Amino acid sequence: MNAKPRDAEVQYGAHLTPGGHRLCSAITSGPAVLWLSIFLLIPLVAVGAISFFSRGAYGEIELPLTLESYKRLLGFGQLGFDPLYPVILLRSLALGAGTALLCVLAALPLAFFIARLRPRYKTLALTLVVIPFWTNLLIRTYAWQILFAPESWITRAFHYLGVVNAGEPLYPGVLAVAIGMVCDFLPFMVLPLYASVEKIDWSLAEAAMDLGANRVQVFRHALLPQIAPGLVAGIVLVFLPATGQFVIPDLLGGAKTVMLGNAIQQQFGQSRDWPFGSAIAFVALGLVMLGLTCYARRGAKEGPSLL
Amino acid sequence: MDARSLPAHRRPVNTVFQSYALFPHLTVAENIAFGLRMKKVAPLQIAERVNRIMGLVEVSDLAARKPGQLSGGQKQRVALARAMVNEPDVLLLDEPLGALDLKLRRQLQGELHQLQRRVGITFVYVTHDQEEALVMSDRIAVMNAGKIEQLATGEELYERPRTRFVAQFLGACNLLTGVVEQVDGTTLVVKTPVGQMRANLTRATRKPALSEIVTLAIRPEKVRLASADATVTANQVRGVIEDAVYSGAETQYRVRAGDHRLYAIALNSRPGHLGLHAGQEVCCHLDPCALILLEDHS
Amino acid sequence: MKQLLNIAAGLLYLFLYAPIAVVMVYSFNSARFGARWTGFTTNWYGALLDNPAALSAARNTLLLAVLSTSIATVLGTLLGYGLDRFNFPGKRFFSRLLYVPVFIPDIILAVALLLFYSLVRSWLGLFDLGLTTMVIAHVTFQIPFVAIVVRSRLVGLDPALEEAARDLGANGWQTFTHVTLPLILPGIMAGGMLAFTLSLDDFVVSFFTSGPGSTTLPILIYSSVKRGITPDINALSTLIILASIAATIVITMLQRNQRAAT
Repeated sequence: MNAKPRDAEVQYGAHLTPGGHRLCSAITSGPAVLWLSIFLLIPLVAVGAISFFSRGAYGEIELPLTLESYKRLLGFGQLGFDPLYPVILLRSLALGAGTALLCVLAALPLAFFIARLRPRYKTLALTLVVIPFWTNLLIRTYAWQILFAPESWITRAFHYLGVVNAGEPLYPGVLAVAIGMVCDFLPFMVLPLYASVEKIDWSLAEAAMDLGANRVQVFRHALLPQIAPGLVAGIVLVFLPATGQFVIPDLLGGAKTVMLGNAIQQQFGQSRDWPFGSAIAFVALGLVMLGLTCYARRGAKEGPSLL
Repeated sequence: MDARSLPAHRRPVNTVFQSYALFPHLTVAENIAFGLRMKKVAPLQIAERVNRIMGLVEVSDLAARKPGQLSGGQKQRVALARAMVNEPDVLLLDEPLGALDLKLRRQLQGELHQLQRRVGITFVYVTHDQEEALVMSDRIAVMNAGKIEQLATGEELYERPRTRFVAQFLGACNLLTGVVEQVDGTTLVVKTPVGQMRANLTRATRKPALSEIVTLAIRPEKVRLASADATVTANQVRGVIEDAVYSGAETQYRVRAGDHRLYAIALNSRPGHLGLHAGQEVCCHLDPCALILLEDHS
Repeated sequence: MKQLLNIAAGLLYLFLYAPIAVVMVYSFNSARFGARWTGFTTNWYGALLDNPAALSAARNTLLLAVLSTSIATVLGTLLGYGLDRFNFPGKRFFSRLLYVPVFIPDIILAVALLLFYSLVRSWLGLFDLGLTTMVIAHVTFQIPFVAIVVRSRLVGLDPALEEAARDLGANGWQTFTHVTLPLILPGIMAGGMLAFTLSLDDFVVSFFTSGPGSTTLPILIYSSVKRGITPDINALSTLIILASIAATIVITMLQRNQRAAT
C-alpha cells in the first residue's frame, strides 16, 4: 500500500474548532517549545550577550560592556597585535576545510561502491558506515592514540614515508588530528553524497563516452554535475562543524594544533575568562549557523538521515 | 437530514476508499470489526456480525491475516466488508476498482452488483469509467466541475441527454447548433449550418423561443446514409464520405458536409447495406424524433 | 576500475572501524602498559567490578540516560506530532531552531548551558552543578532528535487511514489511540533509543555540566586517558561500544519495519 501524497482535501484538524486547534497545538508543541526556549535559546543568547562583558580581577563577569573580546580574537588585544587567536581561528578554518576535502576524497569511492551493490546489501553497507558514528567519540578518538603509538605499524609506515622520526608517536600533531577528524566526519559526508550518487542517470555517462569523452571528462561533465547537490550538502555538514571540534584536537593534538574548541575550553576552564570564551563560542556558533542556512536554502527538508 | 452538518464520525454513511485504507497493524477480522468497536457494540454481537459479513464477501479464511499479506482483490473485499458490517444507510465507494487490472475489475463489478442486490444498502459508486457506470448502476449522476449535470438511468442519459457535456460524455454524439426559425406545440425548426432541421418536441424538457440559439444532438447510429440522388428536404444533409472504418459488427463513417462533419454508424448486418466507401457522395437522413434538444448551446 | 573501487571501499571500511577494533582487541591485552601485545586475558573485565569509581560512574551514566530519555521521549514525541499537525506562531523559526543542537559542536552547547546555570545560580540560587543540571542538558539535545524521528514517521503515514477511522465512527481521541499511536510507535521507540544512545555517549556536555559526585563513564574515561591509557579503560570502552552498536542495530530494524509496513 502506498502512502497517498498529502492533498488539500485531507486536512488534519479540520474537525477542530480554531479554539480546539490552539489547545491541541499548545498541549503538543507547547512543553517542548517552552523547554527549548529556556534551555537552548536563552543560553545561546546569553553566550552572545556575555561576550560583550568584561572580565573581573578574579574571573567574574562584570560591566562595562566592551568589544575587547572580539578585538582580541582578531588579534588586537590590549598589549598590541597578538596573532595567537587569529591564528587559532584560521587554523580551525583550515583544518575544517582540510577535513572536508579529505572526506570528499574518501567518501566518493565509498558512495560509488555502495551504489553499485545489489539492493539487498545496500542498507547493510550504509548501516555499517553509520554504526561507528553512533559509538562514543571519546573512545574512538583515544583509540587513535593507541594506533599512533611509536611501535604501531601505522606510525612505522608514516616513518617510512618520512613524515615522522623513528620512535616518535604520530600524535600530538596536525596529521593525527586530521586523521581523527576524517574518521569521525566521514559518515556525514558519505550519506548525502550517496543520496546523490544513487540517483545518477548513467545514460548521461554512456552518452558522453559515446561522443568520445575520456574517463576524466566523463566524470567532470556527466557525473559531477549530478552529484553536486550531495557534495555541497556533505561539505557544509563537515566543514563548519569541524571547526568547532574539541575532543579530537584535545586528545590527538598539542599546543601547535589548538583549535576553536580547545580555546573555548581553556577560557571556561583554567583561564576563567568567560566573556572571552563566550566570544569565541559565539563566533564558532555563527560559522555553523552560516553553514546551516546555506544547507537549508539548498532545499534539504528533513536533514540528513543518519538513522 | 443534511449530513454536512454532522462531523464525519457521526454520519450514517460508510466509505470504501480507493486505496482501501486498511489498517496495517490490525488483522482482517480486527479491521472489519473496527467500526462496531467504535460504536461499543457488545463483543459477542461483533463476532457474529463480522463472521457473517466475512462469509458474504468470501474472506472468512483470511481472518487472521494482516493487510500486507493480501492481494488487491482481497483487500478490496475486506474494505467492503469493513464498511458494510456497520449497516450504513448509504455506502460510498470511491473508485474502488481503480487499482485493479481489467479482468479482475470485470469480475468484481459483477460481484459488487450482486452483493448490493443481496444486502440492499444503497451504493453511491464513484467512477470515471463510463462502461463501469452503465453496467453497474440503477441510476447515474454525471458530474462536471463539482455539479451534477444530470441524474437518470443509463438509458435516459444516453437517449435523452440534457446538456452538451452529458451528450458527449456517454458515447459519441453529433452536435448541430443553429437558430430557431419556427416553433409550435410539437415541432421545432432550426436553421443549422448543414441545413434546416425539424425536431420532435414531444419529449423535450422545454420550449425554446423564436430566434433563440439552440443545439441539437443526434447519436451517430441514428444517422441514416442513403444514395445521393434523392432531393434534399428538411433533415437531410448531402455530403461526401471522408472515412469509413470497419469494426466488426458495424462500420463507422465520417461524412463531410461543407465545413462540417457528421459521424454515422451503420450495422453491417442490416439488409440493404450499401457498401459505402470513402469518396462516395451520400445523403444523411436525420430523423426528427432522433434529434435531441439540449438545454445549453455551443 | 571495479576492482580498484572494491579495494578502496574495503580499506575505507577498515579505516572507519580501526579505532573500535583496536579498543576491543586491546581490552584483552595482558600488558599493563604500552601497545605491545603480550597475551590474551579477560582479567580487565573482572577488574572493573572491583573498581568503585567505575561502578559509581556506571550507575550515574545509566541513571542519567534513563531519566533524560524518559523526559525527552515524551516531550519530543508530543513536539513531533504537534509540528506535523498544528500551527503556532513562530513555528518556522522554531523548526529551524530544532536543528541547531543536531549540528552545533557540542562544546558550544556545553558552555552555553554552563553559563546559563551559573547566571541563574547567582540570581536564584538554583542549578548547582550535578545530576539535575546534566539531565536538563541531555534532554535539551535529545528532544530535537526524538521530534525529528517521530515527525518523519508521521509524514509517512497515509492520511487515508485516519480518514477511514473517522468514517467508521472513531472520534479524534479514538482515532489517535487506535490508529495513529500504534502506527507511529516504532518511530517513538526508535527516537527513544536514539536519545538513550546519545546520552550514553555524551562526553563534552556532561563534562561541563557535571558536579562532584556526578561523574559519568565518558568523563571517567577522559580523565583516565589523560593520565595514560590502561587496559581496564579499554575493557570499559568495549562494553560501551557494544551497547551503542546494539542500540543502533535495534534502531535500524525499527526503521526498516516502517518501510515494510507502508
